[in-house]
Amino acid sequence: MGNCVQQGTGAASGYLLETRGLTKIFGTLKACDHVDLKIRKGEIHSLLGENGAGKSTLVKMLFGSLEPYSGEILWNGQAVRITNPSAAKKLGIGMVFQHFSLFDALTAAENIALSLDRTTPIGTIAAKARDLSTTYGLPLDPGALVGDLSVGERQRIEIIRCLLQTPDLIILDEPTSVLTPQEADRLFETLERLRAEGKSILYISHRLEEVKRICDSATVMRHGKVVDHCDPRQETAASLARMMVGTEVKTAERTPHAAGIGAELLGVHGLTRKPAGPFSMPLKNIRLSVRSGEVLGIAGVAGNGQGEFFEALSGEVLQDKADMVRIGGTPVGRMDISARRRLGAAFVPEERLGHGAAPRMRLSENLLLSRHATDHKTFVGPAGLVRSGAVQATTQRIVADMDVRKSAPDPEAAALSGGNLQKFIIGRELDRKPDVMIVNQPTWGVDAGAAARIRQALIELARQGSAVLVISQDLDELFEISDAIAVIHNGELSEPIPIAEATFERIGLLMGGAEPGHAAAQRENA
Amino acid sequence: MDITVNILLTIATAATPLLIAAIGELVVERSGVLNLGVEGMMIMGAVAGFGVAFLTGSPWLGLLASVVAGAMFSLLFAVMTLSLATNQVATGLSLTLLGLGLSGMLGTSFVGQPGGRLPYLYIPGLSDIPVVGKLLFGQDPVFYLSIALVIAVSWFLFRTRTGLTLRSIGDNHASAHALGIPVIRYRYLAVMFGGACAGLAGGHLSLVYTPQWVENMAAGRGWIALALVVFASWRPLRVLAGAYIFGAVWIGQLHLQASGGISVPTQLLSALPYLATVVVLVLISRNKRLTLTNTPAALGQSFVPDR
Repeated sequence: MGNCVQQGTGAASGYLLETRGLTKIFGTLKACDHVDLKIRKGEIHSLLGENGAGKSTLVKMLFGSLEPYSGEILWNGQAVRITNPSAAKKLGIGMVFQHFSLFDALTAAENIALSLDRTTPIGTIAAKARDLSTTYGLPLDPGALVGDLSVGERQRIEIIRCLLQTPDLIILDEPTSVLTPQEADRLFETLERLRAEGKSILYISHRLEEVKRICDSATVMRHGKVVDHCDPRQETAASLARMMVGTEVKTAERTPHAAGIGAELLGVHGLTRKPAGPFSMPLKNIRLSVRSGEVLGIAGVAGNGQGEFFEALSGEVLQDKADMVRIGGTPVGRMDISARRRLGAAFVPEERLGHGAAPRMRLSENLLLSRHATDHKTFVGPAGLVRSGAVQATTQRIVADMDVRKSAPDPEAAALSGGNLQKFIIGRELDRKPDVMIVNQPTWGVDAGAAARIRQALIELARQGSAVLVISQDLDELFEISDAIAVIHNGELSEPIPIAEATFERIGLLMGGAEPGHAAAQRENA
Repeated sequence: MDITVNILLTIATAATPLLIAAIGELVVERSGVLNLGVEGMMIMGAVAGFGVAFLTGSPWLGLLASVVAGAMFSLLFAVMTLSLATNQVATGLSLTLLGLGLSGMLGTSFVGQPGGRLPYLYIPGLSDIPVVGKLLFGQDPVFYLSIALVIAVSWFLFRTRTGLTLRSIGDNHASAHALGIPVIRYRYLAVMFGGACAGLAGGHLSLVYTPQWVENMAAGRGWIALALVVFASWRPLRVLAGAYIFGAVWIGQLHLQASGGISVPTQLLSALPYLATVVVLVLISRNKRLTLTNTPAALGQSFVPDR
């Protein structure tokens, strides 16, 4: 850790939390390698790093969910051992998890009750939660069932649950990845208020603009090691990105339309679907059209029907009427996935392992699984025997085209990092040169370098005359690659907004449901 | 009049072992563990209860032995599934097979021996009231225990902190662990409570219902108890209703068969209790949302905390 900026040493120098040489090893992987972290009282400290840099492992050790292999943790200058989350809470460390640790079948108040110590009378919790929620401007209904709440509301429960324990250090793991811009603003106000009260906050994010906006200092991690310290307010987003990635990061470039926008390749007409389970979203009369040469982005807060919409388009769930979905003009509503693929469509689901790829199968086997139906002649020979040579050759071509980094010639899908597996899955579909490409969360949990490559590939596909539909919760991504953005809220889709007219604020309002039915009304008047 | 009272009394006796085994399994499943070994634990309780009562001459000691035997037998399941993270379905099934075999072997010398019966409780004065008196105040002690258990479990699950914690573990064990709840410890206790209940149900069979030892005398009641829990959507009061509907139709069809007045195939009559219970419980569980929010989402999944 040669190039660390000196922040002062010594136990009694006012640090609330300090780690020295903290190391965690999983198998042969050093997830955290001699990590030194220092957090002052009353500061918002950012932990920056790409996915897989070791941020989550580090905070899990601070919160007692993981045991360090070596190294020590100092709390107010005293060496402590944090053996489990209860011990962390007793010290005064609270955590708001990235993947929420809430219970769907319980109410908000019950969820909060579970994390408080046993002496708190159960009857007073609802009232306490209500008080706190008004103090910090986090509206909350204690009696609501968590399974029914939006992701933003769930996060409020997590935060209130954390605040009720009056911690001195609050750890927030990627808190804004599921919020609308307006919800994020409200969160920042809460954080600033907490800082003013003298609390320390460890803020984990890969959104550099936010970090610049609210954090007082930052520790940058790469490949399990601390590589830099800085004051994010003195840096630019580009310089922060360089520290994180280690090299210059390219953003995707929206090339001009060479052949212009062509005919409609994907059409959705009055797509309606009843909710499948108690906590899932119905789809309400969705209409859209994606034309040749175009990238259409679908924004929305998680859990507003994106998953249901994707399932309906890909054919995992069939529609009531055949003409609810058209691919290349053919009504496909009653066709299964393979039939839709044969018509030139390609699908990349959100979940990589178990949905986009079979985790314990090799890359070549995963290729064959999804391609044998569409490219039967290429991959399957006489008497149904697999042409392994062709499968291997195609696998190698995809690996080379998409720059997939792997440890073995043909590893199991689960052995690849998230970013590399996603590059392979996207590459597998691109390799077919599909007419219609539908992607859900193309760069979720993918490092910046891989994400830029995937985005560029999607733009290029559209420019070669395909129709590309991208469902994403990452607004930056959608603004980077889309020609128009529509917003899904509560199972309803807004009218697409051309990129030239789209602003974060406008999209954000639609994501929060500020103009429900607005687009539909407009359509009826027209 | 006396016949009606006697029929009602036998219904309670037929329903009690189902109710106790099911209420125990309900607690186990609410913690997210699926123990298919109810039949095995029940039969172990029955053989232990009969054996101890036979050897010591005290049916009360026998009853205690059946509870202990059930709990100990379930401990085997707990060690396998919770500490060693084996598959819960396979382990539960093997527990049933082991219980049936082991109880047959242990019980060979008890076959045909006269058993000790638990005395009925007569509350002086109250049990002399016509009709109601005998029904409410002249039953066997395990009957009262079973009703008390339903009330206690219902109160525990939905009114206490510990019950809330138990339900949260059944909903999402990873979240519970992240909050610092000792998931494995809770599950051990829940499984052993379920085992003790199944053992008690077995003890009721060999000390009250038919006070003797017959091999395989649980006769599928453990499986019925398991099904009751699911059909009752993991709600204690519905388990109570289900057990009594089953008991009532069971006794009813026995009387029908004995009277010989109706020319319906006996197989159909024997199937009636199962049909009736399923139909009634499906009808009361029509509210899908309520059912799904009561279903333990983590049911049957092994939990291995990552350290």
